[in-house]
Formats: sequence, structure tokens, C-alpha cells
Amino acid sequence: MKSSISKKRKSYILTMRILMWLCVGITVALAAFLIIYVLAKGIPNISWELLSTSPSRLNGTVGILPDILNTLYIVLATLVIVVPLGVGAAIYLTEYAKNKRLVSIIEYTAETLSGIPSIIYGLVGMLFFCEVLGFQTSLLVGALTLAVMNLPTIMRTTQESLKTVPVSYREGAFGLGAGKWRVVRTVVLPNCVDGVITGCILTVGRILGESAALLFTAGFAHALNGIISGLMSPGATLTVALYVYAKEQGEFGIAFAIAAILLILTVIINLCASLVGRFFAKRRNV
Amino acid sequence: MTKIKKQAFERVIHGIFLILGLVTVGCVLLITVYLIIAGIPAIAEIGLSEFLFGTEWKSTSAEPKFGILPFILTSVYGTAGAIVLGVPVGFMAAVYLAKVAPKKVKFAVEAAVNLLAGIPSVVYGLVGMMVLVPGIKQIFNLADGASLLASIIVLAIMILPSIIKVSITSLEAVPKEYEEASLALGATKIETYFKVSVPAAKSGIATAVVLGVGRAIGEAMAVMMVSGNAPNMPSIFESVRFLTTAVASEMAYSQGLQRQALFSIALVLFLFIMLINASLNFFLKGKSREGKNK
Repeated sequence: MKSSISKKRKSYILTMRILMWLCVGITVALAAFLIIYVLAKGIPNISWELLSTSPSRLNGTVGILPDILNTLYIVLATLVIVVPLGVGAAIYLTEYAKNKRLVSIIEYTAETLSGIPSIIYGLVGMLFFCEVLGFQTSLLVGALTLAVMNLPTIMRTTQESLKTVPVSYREGAFGLGAGKWRVVRTVVLPNCVDGVITGCILTVGRILGESAALLFTAGFAHALNGIISGLMSPGATLTVALYVYAKEQGEFGIAFAIAAILLILTVIINLCASLVGRFFAKRRNV
Repeated sequence: MTKIKKQAFERVIHGIFLILGLVTVGCVLLITVYLIIAGIPAIAEIGLSEFLFGTEWKSTSAEPKFGILPFILTSVYGTAGAIVLGVPVGFMAAVYLAKVAPKKVKFAVEAAVNLLAGIPSVVYGLVGMMVLVPGIKQIFNLADGASLLASIIVLAIMILPSIIKVSITSLEAVPKEYEEASLALGATKIETYFKVSVPAAKSGIATAVVLGVGRAIGEAMAVMMVSGNAPNMPSIFESVRFLTTAVASEMAYSQGLQRQALFSIALVLFLFIMLINASLNFFLKGKSREGKNK
């Protein structure tokens, strides 16, 4: 049976197999190298002092606490802005919209938004929020910019989870005499929680990794602030701080420490995303 | 009376959701309008052909020159190079993961791919700066390793995850009957995957490539850290500046015509992205038409 395959075919199969293994090998090796290299270079530089102080010539500290807090503030502010907008838009598209043309326009613009590079978001964010509306360069402006950037993500995940709500639920509620808003509030909204949570996790991951959009909108200060004054003043997130330390100041030890922290956070977020995905898939099947 | 009140209430709610739905449309319009308003004045002052095809960028000299051809070509070459390196690797890996890999291997490799996708671009930039740039300097015996080559390698690694993921999705969507028919005719599994499944999934793979192009051309921070950032005409071992990094590197201290010229660069970049989006839509539409014919 095996002899029926010609030599030429055999060598084709062998080449393809080797190429596939090689390419998978390259991918895995890259991931492994990045993790090991960044952790090996970064973890020795992480200390409690680094995590708990702010950079100060006077005290001789170079801590990254302000950057950690700034990242936290910007994540919270962005989510607060983007979740209502994204969920609202998704509900409009799946529950209210009847005009097919309008739906396709909205979906097209959402796709366009997700394709625009972050540097352009940063530029237009600075132009619009700072120069036209007169805001100061601040975390809030950064959060507003990031909210626009992540709007398509929240919209898409919410829409996907809304599509899995059986039509019969809605019909049942309508049949009992509920108005449209009541149906949306009591039947539709509770069922899109999984989509919103998935969207939030993806958004947090994207904000953690974002830097180009924040350079001109949120600035790069390292002052230690509370959440309200923090949002109103400029501040660097972890990624921006990494860039500044590595490129402008040549402080590679701190840069690698931040890189290691970011890498660990990325792993945690990926784990959360897959756990949440599996949890909701199981619940839906039951 | 209460019925009228209720109807009015429902209409208000409908209106609110309509406004929320239109936010994306508003954002896209806003971005487009502001980029055009901000980008046109400098182009008008410098002259379109001189701006697009001028080979010299001296924004801060006494007689400033604003030619962005080096940036455009660098972005095009850099993206093309990243595609040439990244697509074959991503594609072969995707075929293996979608068709050949045992379940456990697939799970583990996909986790690695997801991690690559989630790593912030500044981390890629940092590692590139510390490993790739000195490496290139040593291997090719150059004065400085920060070059187009370093940027191409970093970009190729950065687009790898999206190419793998989109290709896997489209390969897994190939109907089983196609493969079964090919196997029944005596083709081996590997032959079937490459000669039947891959051609059947070609529009999805094309989508993956276009997504990769979009990501590579829009990337700013990672290439900023490894490209050297000098406004030279692109050459593989030369320090170069991309469209994205041209905007990012001078924005902080720019003023007057220089600042306006940076907005014009952003407008050019935006037009590139729009072109890519249009071709992406073309491929996606082609895919849905294929689906309807089945």
C-alpha cells in the first residue's frame, strides 16, 4: 500500500512536515525566549522599594508606584466611559435597529475604528480634547482617547453574547405585556454580562499594552496622586514609563523590571480571559 | 393618558440607544475631519508633490525641507519585509495547529501565541533594543545595529500571532467533506491539507495577511526603539524613520509649520490605513459571497 506513493510525493510530504515543525518551533521558541529573557532580566530588579516609592532625587528613590497607580486610574476611567457606550451601542444594534443600512454603517465604522493605529488616536485625541475642548494633558484625556479606541471591542463582545439570548425569552416577556425597555432591562441586559466581562478583560489587556496613544494625551509625569487629582493631571502609565526609562534615560534595569511586571500581568489577563470564556461556555450549555 | 406617557418613554429610550449606536459613526467622522483639517494646511504650503516625493526631511534647519518620501518608502519596505518574513512562518504554523497538531500540543502552542499577541509593543521594543540591535551590529559589523533590518524582524514577530490566529480560524472552517473527498481519492493527509484545505481557506488567509499589513504599518513604539530614527532613504542596514515614528518622535517639541507637517504625515498614514481597510472589506465580502454559493 505504501509503495504506491511515488518518491516525489514522499519528499513533498516530508518537506511540508519539516517546514511545519520548523515554523511551530520558531513560534514557540520566540515566546519562550521572550518570557525567560524578560523575567530573568527584570525580576532581580523588582524590589519592594521600587514598587512602593516614587522617583525622587531628594530621597534617591526611583520607584514606579506613581506609574502603577496611573495605570490603575486610567484602566478604571476608561472602563467607566467605554462600557456604557459600548453596551448601549450593542443593544441598539441587536434590539432596536430596524434599518439595515444604518446597522451596516455602524458596523463598518466600528471595524474602521479597530483598524486605526494608536498613534493616530493619540494625535487626534490631543487635537480634539486638548486643543479644541481646552483640556489639559491628563490621564482623563488619555482615558477618553482609549475609550474611543476600545469601543469596538466592547461592542463586539456584547453583541456576540446578546445573539446567544434565545428569541423566545424576549417573546415570552413581550407576551406577558412588558414594554420594550422592560424587556431590555430585565431579560436582555442580565444575559449580556458575560460579553461585557470578556470585553472588559480584553480592554484591560489592551490598555496595559498601550503607549503610542498615551504619549501626547496623558503625558509622562511621575507625580504621586490620588484618583481624582490623578485623573486631572498628566501621568505616565507603566508602558509609557518603560519607554521613557529605556529610550530617553537609559535606565534599563527599571525598564526590564517594568517589562517583567507587564509580562506577568499579560499572562494573568490571558488566563482570566480563557477561564471566563470556559466558565460562561459551560454555564450556557447547562 | 398613561399609555401615551409610556409610548413617549419608550421613544426616549429608543432615542438614547440610537445616540449610543451612532457614537462610533461620530468618532470616525471626527477623526477623519480633524486629520484633514489639521493635515491640509502644511501640504498646501509645502506643495503636494514636494511633500510626498521630496527626499529630504530637515524640519528644524534654517531652511526647512519637508519631503516625506523616505518615511513612506520605509513604512512600505518595513511592512513588506515583515510580511515576507512573518507570513510563511505564521501560515505553516497555522496549518500545523489547525490540522495536524494533537489537542494538547495545540492548546499549549495557542497559549504561547496568545501571549505573544498580548505582550505590549514597548516590551518588544525593549528586547529588540537589548538583543537584536547589538546582535545585528556584531553579525554584520556595523557602526550601529538600529536599522531597517531590526525593525523588520521586530514587526515580523509582532504580526505573527494575528496571522496564526486568523489563518487557524479560516482553516478550521473548511468543510470536512472537501478533505474527506480528497482522502478518499488517495491523497495523503498532508497533501490534502496543502492542496485542498489551504486553497479552500485562501480568502481567510488573505484577510490574515491584510490584517498583518495594517498592524505593521501602524506600529509606532516598538519600531521607534529599534529603527534608529534618522530620516534616511530606506536601506536595510541604515538607520530609518517610519511614518508612525516620524509623528511620534518630533511631536513633543514641534511648532509652526513643522507641527502642521507632522499632522500631514498622520493624514498620509491614515489614508494608507483606509486603503488597507477597504481591501480587507473586499476580502471579507468575497468570503461571505463564497459562503452563500455553498
